[in-house]
Amino acid sequence: MIPNTKPNTYREVIDCADIKPTIPGAAEAILKHSGVNINLCLHCRCCAGGCPFTAAMDYLPNQVIRLIQFDLIEEALQSKTIWTCVACNTCSAQCPMAIDIPAAMDTLRQLAIQHNIPIAEPNILAFHQLIKGSIERYGRTHKAEIMLRYKLKTRDYFSDMLTGLRMFVNHKLEVIPSRVNDRTALNNILSAHR
Amino acid sequence: MKNIDMTMTTTSKYSYFPGCSLATTAKENNASLIGFFKRMGIELDELPDWNCCGSSSIHCIDTNLSIMLAARNLALAPAGMPLLVACPNCLLRLKTAQLKIAEDKELRAQYEQNLGRPFDPDLKIYHVFDLLDQIGRNGFANRIIKRLDGLRVAAYYGCMLSRPPALRHEKRHNLLMENILEQTGAQSVQWSNASRCCGTFLSVVHPELVTTMVNDIHLAASAAGADCIVTACAMCHLNLEVRCALPSPVPILHFSELLALSVGDPKPDKWFSRHLIDPLPLFRSKIMKKDTRKV
Ligand code: SF4
Ligand code: SF4
Repeated sequence: MIPNTKPNTYREVIDCADIKPTIPGAAEAILKHSGVNINLCLHCRCCAGGCPFTAAMDYLPNQVIRLIQFDLIEEALQSKTIWTCVACNTCSAQCPMAIDIPAAMDTLRQLAIQHNIPIAEPNILAFHQLIKGSIERYGRTHKAEIMLRYKLKTRDYFSDMLTGLRMFVNHKLEVIPSRVNDRTALNNILSAHR
Repeated sequence: MKNIDMTMTTTSKYSYFPGCSLATTAKENNASLIGFFKRMGIELDELPDWNCCGSSSIHCIDTNLSIMLAARNLALAPAGMPLLVACPNCLLRLKTAQLKIAEDKELRAQYEQNLGRPFDPDLKIYHVFDLLDQIGRNGFANRIIKRLDGLRVAAYYGCMLSRPPALRHEKRHNLLMENILEQTGAQSVQWSNASRCCGTFLSVVHPELVTTMVNDIHLAASAAGADCIVTACAMCHLNLEVRCALPSPVPILHFSELLALSVGDPKPDKWFSRHLIDPLPLFRSKIMKKDTRKV
């Protein structure tokens, strides 16, 4: 048996005896949506070894792939891992099978949203949506407003106040947004994605 | 011959995509980069009315929107002039969009419909590193006005050397910062955390997690004897500054600031006042005292 690098912190997937197939065909969905064939994965765990954020994940990146290979799609979609992944490409740059793991994660995140799956990391999704809102309003990201709205949305008013203040004093957070002037094409694009 | 790109060596004018970070939180990064290239005889023409490439967020929640947002910028690029991108994440978004649109008829039709012009699959998209690689290889010793002798730097790449498999055949730039900074007299240290991701948006959502990582990065740089950490991404720069909770953090300098400084750009004080970890004491003790000119 391959020694498990972090035996106690991750839910056992590989040896799980009571696997019950749920929605089949997720591997095909990923292939179609992102062009990534996760069936190529041979579970060498290079990705898991290199990923800087496994401490905040419930499944290792390759374990998410394994879940899908077992058609345990709901488990995968409910995982923290798909949201914690920041798409740094540390894994995909090392993958011997050249699997674009973060692109597969993109599909999984979007499937979770589409199918109203409970989001394991709601604040991460909230953050992404705030970025989208900012782009809708200005065509660019307006950091000060994003941070404020994030505080309001997560009702976490006091943590990081000092950080925000320091950024403000050093002109890192600007009050006036930098914005796009000609919105014609931008509106064309955004109107299809409300 | 396919890999030898002659446009790089002959062009001195690029259209330029700064991206949201360089346009706002990291203005000092933008100004020093433009200043450095200007002194190297390279002119950057900011892409008029560019928009956000989708950042690290949009591709997570809407792949098509992420491609189309990047595509609007491709459509703004003047024909025949290479597009230079400063931010490594913007670069990935723009290149990925270009690749996807080139190989997908439906996306191409969408592009033409939304943006009202034909798609140019041959638009050259370069990162600042591609250009610096050329400059470094040709050598720029004759342009150096202020040497950085004795400054010990820990070059930090974060995730920027890692690429998705679709771009794996492109040139790799490992050790680029070290090679270039050594030409200015700076000394690079070997250290363990040069390619450890900075945490990107997790810095907002899980600050405790990112603080642990960032502290580690600072400690590793100190242990290697570095005076400063040098970054080539504005997001890395911000995270390494705001998320360090150590009593004596290592100053974080933009690669572009050191480059501009070495070729005589006179504005470092203005840039440094925008840093959250003040680099001025280091600058005064290591660089300014060797120079008789007032900077
Ligand atoms: S590195 Fe690639 S092949 Fe290896 S386990 Fe990860 S995804 Fe699978
Ligand atoms: S892309 Fe995602 S899974 Fe891969 S190493 Fe980075 S955070 Fe981990």
